[in-house]
Amino acid sequence: MSSSEERLAAPVRNGSFGWALLASELAVLFRRRRTIAMLLALALIPILIAVAVRLSSSEVSAGQGPPFLDRITQNGLFVGITALVVAIPLFLPLTIGVAAGDTIAGEAGLGTLRYLLVAPAGRVRLLLVKFAGAAAFCLAATLTVAITGAVIGAILFPIGPVTLLSGDTISVVDSIGRSVLIALYVTVSLLGLSAIGLFISTLTSVPVGAMAATIVVAVTSQILDVLPQLEWLHPWLFSHYWLGFADILRQPILWDSFSDNALLQGGYMVVFGALAYGRFATKDILS
Amino acid sequence: MSDADWPGTAGADTAVADTGLAIETVGLTKRFGRQTVVNEVDLRVPRGAVYGFLGPNGSGKTTTIRMLLGLAGATSGRVRVLGEDMPSRLQQVLPRVGALVEGPAFYPFLSGAANLHRLDTADRFAFGRTRRTRVAEALDRVGLSHAATKKVHAYSLGMKQRLGLANALLMPRDLLVLDEPTNGLDPQGTREVRNLVRSLAAGGATVFVSSHLLAEIEQVCTHAAVMSAGSLVASGTLDELRRVGQAFVRLQTPDVDIARGVLLRLGLAPTAAGDPGHPLADDAGPADTYTVSAPLVDRRVTAEGIVASLVAANVRVRGFVVEEASLEDRFVALTGEGFDVVQ
Ligand SMILES: Nc1ncnc2c1ncn2[C@@H]1O[C@H](COP(=O)(O)OP(=O)(O)O)[C@@H](O)[C@H]1O
Ligand SMILES: [Mg+2]
Repeated sequence: MSSSEERLAAPVRNGSFGWALLASELAVLFRRRRTIAMLLALALIPILIAVAVRLSSSEVSAGQGPPFLDRITQNGLFVGITALVVAIPLFLPLTIGVAAGDTIAGEAGLGTLRYLLVAPAGRVRLLLVKFAGAAAFCLAATLTVAITGAVIGAILFPIGPVTLLSGDTISVVDSIGRSVLIALYVTVSLLGLSAIGLFISTLTSVPVGAMAATIVVAVTSQILDVLPQLEWLHPWLFSHYWLGFADILRQPILWDSFSDNALLQGGYMVVFGALAYGRFATKDILS
Repeated sequence: MSDADWPGTAGADTAVADTGLAIETVGLTKRFGRQTVVNEVDLRVPRGAVYGFLGPNGSGKTTTIRMLLGLAGATSGRVRVLGEDMPSRLQQVLPRVGALVEGPAFYPFLSGAANLHRLDTADRFAFGRTRRTRVAEALDRVGLSHAATKKVHAYSLGMKQRLGLANALLMPRDLLVLDEPTNGLDPQGTREVRNLVRSLAAGGATVFVSSHLLAEIEQVCTHAAVMSAGSLVASGTLDELRRVGQAFVRLQTPDVDIARGVLLRLGLAPTAAGDPGHPLADDAGPADTYTVSAPLVDRRVTAEGIVASLVAANVRVRGFVVEEASLEDRFVALTGEGFDVVQ
């Protein structure tokens, strides 16, 4: 048997999916200076909020500024949550637009797409790996805001049992668990946008174009979501549940918005995943 | 490095319906809108050959290569690579193929070694265990070991080209498809690429190498095909291609008229008048010597026969030569000369 046949037999024997490509994708993504810069910028949000609140002498009254802002001085654990609320409409979609828009178009722009495909990476496998990379970035971005918020909150403000929206009080440990749940909720919220970005990314070999288009889509969806004339459309917009994580701050937790959101994002992933596949599976790679 | 690391495997494993061809295309055609970029191309690349794929810029070489590798779909026609249909058997075929397509392309923010590592992970059949050694060996093979940890954005074009070749050599390959591998290389680098191609061929691999410069690859090729404006205008072994070319007889003599008469009788068509005084050698003959030349159409007329007839007719033969057309002449005749890009 020749060595090439042995090589061909190997993956069948091992049943290997080729996780090495995913590992490499994550390594390249998170070691890239641009990715690190975006995460640092996101980390600045809770820091700015906390420092601003700490330095200002006037008390923030309830209903002023973003939700939960008034609670920060009483409990530092609210810094992360406030920062997420601030980051969700623009900053998070901006960075996800960059990460998701770059997935395929970035490789095409560099010309590495043709070398990945003749390796052969397999077109479907490459799409899956790229989406997994974008999803990992969503998680990293959200956790960056939440964790930085928790740390800076603990440094600048008192930490203690948290009074929930329902009036119940939960322990510090329990409240950290809730923060993690909120970060997960926000991560899931961003998967639909990531799928849209992946699809747009298969349409062009100019990554900046794909990034900009993805960000425009995110902003447009939020604008449509506040137009009362389009109320019938609102439940179908991927940004509709973006700020709907208040239910996680009730006792007991209401999971309805979590599952509605997950279902909607899943739908977007299926539809735009299929569109990306339809576009990419047979596309001529001429870059 | 030991030979065992790079076993030649071409021809060792033959599929059931194997035609013995490494690449075979039938009526391969690609249109972009109304423009036909590749037109009914029938390629037959035998296993073990070093196959030169020649043609001026824009003649459709890269587009053909993209279709061979499944990067672009054919508008019509069929492609078989290593005995298997493409692109339907792409996943089985491509691990055995190393390729350089339309120049090297890398992540500028990664080092040379990290780039190779990254592209190697895309190949599911490449073992992770041996990855580090294989990357180091490939870099060594193209003379880039010293720059392995340097970021690619600091590489020169020639270094990138070498890195591209290293990528094609990460695994032992049965077929190498190299699109303009000498682009951007200095004469020294070009020589090294030729040596690399020779060593790959010696290892049993088939090498399909494109170029718009015949001179760069003529020395290493066993076969060649010539593309012009999307069509294959010639193909075969190098000897076959040379034979198709026109040979000329060139005679130096003061007796122009008698000589022309003799040549005409022998069925040759000499030039209208002798060009005055073009000596064959640098040491010029007597001033009354003229050159008479004629294309050697009928190959049964031999050089010694012509000279015998000339001497018999009392022609003072001061110089006589049969010039075979060079492959270069043939290439130029087929594709046109100069910088015009064929559209
Ligand atoms: N993406 C494309 N869209 C339209 N035309 C193209 C595209 N890529 C190449 N071409 C055209 O195809 C022809 C052949 O190009 P190519 O295969 O790159 O030639 P070569 O590699 O021989 O220089 C050229 O006329 C070029 O303009
Ligand atoms: Mg080309």
